[in-house]
Amino acid sequence: MSRFKDAGHLLRVALIFAAGIIVFVLVRTVLVPRSFGEYGHYRGNAIAEIAAQPTAFAGHQACETCHSDVVDVKNKGKHAGVNCEACHGALATHADDPSALPAKLDTAVLCVRCHEVNGARPKGFPQIVAKEHNSAELPCETCHQPHSPLIVPGAKP
Amino acid sequence: MNITRRQMLILLPAAAVAWDAVIAGTPEASPNYRLSEHWWGMLVDISKCIGCGNCVRACATENNVPDGYFRTWVERYYVPDNDPANPVVDSPDGGKNGFPPILEKGGKTFFVPKMCNHCADSPCTQVCPVGATFITPDGVVLVDKKYCVGCRYCIQACPYGCRFLNPKTQTAEKCTLCYHRITKGLTTACCEACPTGARQLADLKNPNDPIHEFLRTHSVQVLKPHMATRAKLYYNDLDGSVR
Repeated sequence: MSRFKDAGHLLRVALIFAAGIIVFVLVRTVLVPRSFGEYGHYRGNAIAEIAAQPTAFAGHQACETCHSDVVDVKNKGKHAGVNCEACHGALATHADDPSALPAKLDTAVLCVRCHEVNGARPKGFPQIVAKEHNSAELPCETCHQPHSPLIVPGAKP
Repeated sequence: MNITRRQMLILLPAAAVAWDAVIAGTPEASPNYRLSEHWWGMLVDISKCIGCGNCVRACATENNVPDGYFRTWVERYYVPDNDPANPVVDSPDGGKNGFPPILEKGGKTFFVPKMCNHCADSPCTQVCPVGATFITPDGVVLVDKKYCVGCRYCIQACPYGCRFLNPKTQTAEKCTLCYHRITKGLTTACCEACPTGARQLADLKNPNDPIHEFLRTHSVQVLKPHMATRAKLYYNDLDGSVR
């Protein structure tokens, strides 16, 4: 019996440990978001929060619902595969509120972005040296319609 | 303010319910989107890239990427004829405003658009000490801004250099594969703005996605396959000098 005469000390230590564990578990349940661990070692709700970010580009489907006439012209020309917002820029604000008109585009900047000659561009991609091709510095749309840029021989410019 | 015992007994459960709502968080943003039905990747066709920088600008606009930082960027490779193992790479301002003409004679030049590879076994996810970066069930590697402590471990771990620390929020940031767009049925901003179709969003779980036919019929590679990251950014026509 005398072997256990100081067992009270051990009991007190055990009680402190038990209390500590209970406090830890309680604090943890309150602080850790419920969705943590839903799909893995992360907060599951973060997925929905990131998905809730607003969009800046409306997407070509949105443009096509109203501007089908322009799309028809574009789809017959060389720019058929180019989406509207590739040149016109992000226009989700215009798609949400059609009265918010987009800014006028500057073809002098836009066209050369893709078509100024650069050795790294794929062979066969139509490229020009702007200074030689357009020494008069006319706006590109004087000759090329941006939505269908190929000049058909004999057609009115 | 004096609170009676009776008031306290009413207030406590009310506070518990309110706190419960706080930790439960926000509900799903796209109710018709099923995480289990998709496995996202991307296809980059080097032979179509013209280095216009549209993707870099579109990404910055869509995601408010701070100036001087990039979630996607375009590199230009110049591979000398006599030294294919040592290409010269440039990417002025990430290719945002295009590229100056190449002055060297001869050699081979081409553009390589780069971004997060959305690896199925991503090193960045493995090293995050707080569970702030993760791969979603539909295969997109994302960062939880609220959990990120800004330790930069993931930035060092990414073999592709695709992460940076946002100077404003001091949290790690990266390409989200425009998760807010693809869950709404749209394509990514970079794919939307690419004029030549050099970038194509790919849903590898969708049997009707043209990616499957493309992968079968083309010689497609990923970057750094020896890192065993199971990258899902597929490159067509990739030169051996690209790293």
